[in-house]
Amino acid sequence: MFDFLESGQYDVLGAFWVNVQLTFYSAIGSLVWGTVLAGMRVSPVPLMRAFGTAYVNVVRNTPLTLLIIGCSAGLYQTLGISLGGDNFKDIGFRLAVLGLIAYTGTFVCEALRSGINTVPVGQAEAARALGLSFFQVLTLIVLPQAFRTVIAPLTNVLIALTKNTTVAATIGVAEAALLMKEMIENEAQALFAVFAVFALGFVVLTLPTGLVLGWVAKRVAVKR
Amino acid sequence: MSGDSVTKGTEDAAAAADSLVVLSNVNKHFGALHVLQDIDLSIARGEVVVVIGPSGSGKSTLCRTINRLETIDSGTITIDGSELPSEGKELARLRADVGMVFQSFNLFAHKTVLENVVLGQVKVRKTDKAAAEKKARTLLDRVGVGTQADKYPAQLSGGQQQRVAIARALAMDPKVMLFDEPTSALDPEMINEVLEVMQQLAGEGMTMVVVTHEMGFARSAANRVVFMADGKIVEEATPEQFFSNPRSDRAKDFLSKILHH
Repeated sequence: MFDFLESGQYDVLGAFWVNVQLTFYSAIGSLVWGTVLAGMRVSPVPLMRAFGTAYVNVVRNTPLTLLIIGCSAGLYQTLGISLGGDNFKDIGFRLAVLGLIAYTGTFVCEALRSGINTVPVGQAEAARALGLSFFQVLTLIVLPQAFRTVIAPLTNVLIALTKNTTVAATIGVAEAALLMKEMIENEAQALFAVFAVFALGFVVLTLPTGLVLGWVAKRVAVKR
Repeated sequence: MSGDSVTKGTEDAAAAADSLVVLSNVNKHFGALHVLQDIDLSIARGEVVVVIGPSGSGKSTLCRTINRLETIDSGTITIDGSELPSEGKELARLRADVGMVFQSFNLFAHKTVLENVVLGQVKVRKTDKAAAEKKARTLLDRVGVGTQADKYPAQLSGGQQQRVAIARALAMDPKVMLFDEPTSALDPEMINEVLEVMQQLAGEGMTMVVVTHEMGFARSAANRVVFMADGKIVEEATPEQFFSNPRSDRAKDFLSKILHH
């Protein structure tokens, strides 16, 4: 039943490796971008707050497929922005990462913002009373405590991101979902087996993420 | 100013020059509630002013306006001759010169006791880390929690946490220290250890504004008692005068309620 795996025709591990890479770069990027967005949403500057709110509400409510196709068709094919890639494979990969960061950053931002709300207001007051600037209060006192309380919701975001990397198939990035589509066409007799292989692949990727980060969340929790 | 020497003007100027904190005509509203009404108060260098009054009288708010944790609607507040800026770097610089101790301690929960005391020195005063740690350890010894330096705030008792908070404020070499009900959240047996540190500080000539319900402390450490009620300063007097012979009915009423036993 699983002999299609032995034919050597399909590089299943290689395809999943692309998902891992997409997840890795997008996770780092969206963590940074989400933190910047959260900083904007709590900033004392009205213009920044307005931008943060507008961005999050527009992008969060746009389907990811649309964003990624937008990156490919809009940024690359129309405007010629290739993000430094010189072949189709690299350009597609980078555009997909950009789309994933733009999208996932909004969820990171909102998780983080709820974390900021759990930090007692006295913490920021004490920091301000010492003469720390807004940026210092945010980066030294509030965000470090906020991050520790939102590891669980951020784990959800990371798991969703891992699975969302399959959307990169829509712009031809050779990851697992694209390979699956190809295999279904070629190995229609083993349809359920093909499904099982890919479903298992994602469980293997996401289950340890949840377990490891659950453990981390317990380790770094702030005692009050 | 030096020309007209015999007039009252120079006296005022001399008083103003010696006043470290001056609030003049300060007003603040919380919605419809007028929490601070035309407050005039000046605090001299080295003076210990204790602010007392019933809850809701605006005394905590008064204390918090001095480093602009609460904004004011009108009036001016000057610290060491310069008016309190409304925001930005200038305000941060001024806050660094004003130490604040809170009712709920507010030690940074994710940092050790030592890191709490080092942080402001390194990030605001730009002291190098080794010197800051040395100073922090000296201060922690001075307030009697030197052995707890590597613990986290949650591992300390309330009294210990509040003494760390005092050390954290002192590490900035503040010109004035504000205490916003520093013992109100403490178990009774821990109040004295904090008051002793404050007594010592007062004895060393630190300028202090203390909002408190500890009448014993007011009697023994204060140069002046300010009694507030309903957003106004009702009475200002030396502690002896205030406790033995209050002038206003409001103060008499307040004292009769708290000094029975």
